Amino acid sequence: MRVELDEPKCVAAGQCVMASPEVFDQRDDDGVAILLEEQPADELLDGVREAVAICPAAAIRLVDQ
Amino acid sequence: MGASAAGLSAVETLRREGYDGALTLVGDEPHPPYDRPPLSKQILASEWEHDRLTLRSTGELDALKLDLRLGSAATGLDLDGREVLLADGTRVAYDGLIVATGVRPRRLPGDGHAHVLRTLDDALALRDRLGEGRRLVVVGAGFLGAEAAAVARGLGAEVTLLEPAPVPLGHAVGDEVGRVLSAAHLEHGVDLRTGVTVREVTEGGVRLADGELVVGDEVLVAVGSLPNTEWLADSGLTVGDGLVCDEYCEAVRESPGATKSPAPTTGGVYAAGDVARWHNPLFGASMRIEHRTNAAEQGMAAARNLLHPQARKPFAPVPYFWSDQYGMKVQAFGYLRGHDEVAVVEGDLAERRFLVAYRRGDRLAGVLAVGMPPKAIRGWRQAVAVRSTWRDAVPATGVL
Repeated sequence: MRVELDEPKCVAAGQCVMASPEVFDQRDDDGVAILLEEQPADELLDGVREAVAICPAAAIRLVDQ
Repeated sequence: MGASAAGLSAVETLRREGYDGALTLVGDEPHPPYDRPPLSKQILASEWEHDRLTLRSTGELDALKLDLRLGSAATGLDLDGREVLLADGTRVAYDGLIVATGVRPRRLPGDGHAHVLRTLDDALALRDRLGEGRRLVVVGAGFLGAEAAAVARGLGAEVTLLEPAPVPLGHAVGDEVGRVLSAAHLEHGVDLRTGVTVREVTEGGVRLADGELVVGDEVLVAVGSLPNTEWLADSGLTVGDGLVCDEYCEAVRESPGATKSPAPTTGGVYAAGDVARWHNPLFGASMRIEHRTNAAEQGMAAARNLLHPQARKPFAPVPYFWSDQYGMKVQAFGYLRGHDEVAVVEGDLAERRFLVAYRRGDRLAGVLAVGMPPKAIRGWRQAVAVRSTWRDAVPATGVL
């Protein structure tokens, strides 16, 4: 599974970092999300799915690959 | 019921957690689920085309195997017969029901035409009427009105912003922070008038309570929302500024007579999103929250509790919202309303780079930040989430 982040859509809420700190971080200057792991290990996927679901900008997708 | 952020979150959660039975998603708008916060931002500013709002692709929606009924409003609920009635006369039977019918804008009396800003169609209609030299009157300087005013100024419109309170957003974020945020309107040439009450919308503007006519080519009314609960009247569920729910987001039956024992539950009717008034045990308060993040989180929580009745969990989130105005990003965590005290704990109000903390009772109830780095905000959010005492969280300086 591969994580896609639509950076221009990000509103810097940081919800993804709280749901999945291993996979997401935020830039210091504007808070926009950073993808740490494009292809996270399976045990991290529940957290990523949570991040996808609660991202207020719908900026994260988890795609089969 | 309700095909926006909360309803979508609920159906996705049900599927993700293994429910493979029949699943119906009903929405009164003709559009598939879309995102609302950009309506008063990128959409109004014509920065985005509206297809960017779509929350899920057609393929993603197909994969959920929904009976998706758009353009279809709910008109009634038969609680004992377990059926929802739709405007077209059809009935949808259910074993479990999640109510996510949202809110609609409050309107003002009068014969003149006024815009509201809730749906995609609302935003596109207003966008078409804005531009260089157009005169826009915005009634209500809350977050929505403020964002729309900021965008309209950016498009070259002349904007008059009318607010009944002495300080915009004062009741929500405190007068000091409200003043800082509203100063940006004045700097950007918005004619902000506070302490004025609008009586009605007329041809060519709005009429104030004292009889004055404030002229404008377009009027936007942004004076709050009303929960869409009329279809639940006489259903047997408790309605009172939203659909009233317990801490599990399960709707509560009306209890005849004044009894202190909890009302009997509904056997599988839950609510989520803007329409839901539930008891948040983290703050010990009844809340109804019209924030984008709450819609998704509560949709998820309601779906889980509906699906796993033996393992229900109270829904106890730290509310979060953000607002973009004139390049300022405002972010807030917690429950700011009804606070007793506000303190600047980082940065400086005058520089519009600050973090303020809110006290309610002896607890840190929430924080609001403008222009602060995310890591600074996250620590404070955590302090709210663990219900830190004010004394532990806030040093004894900077109290406003």
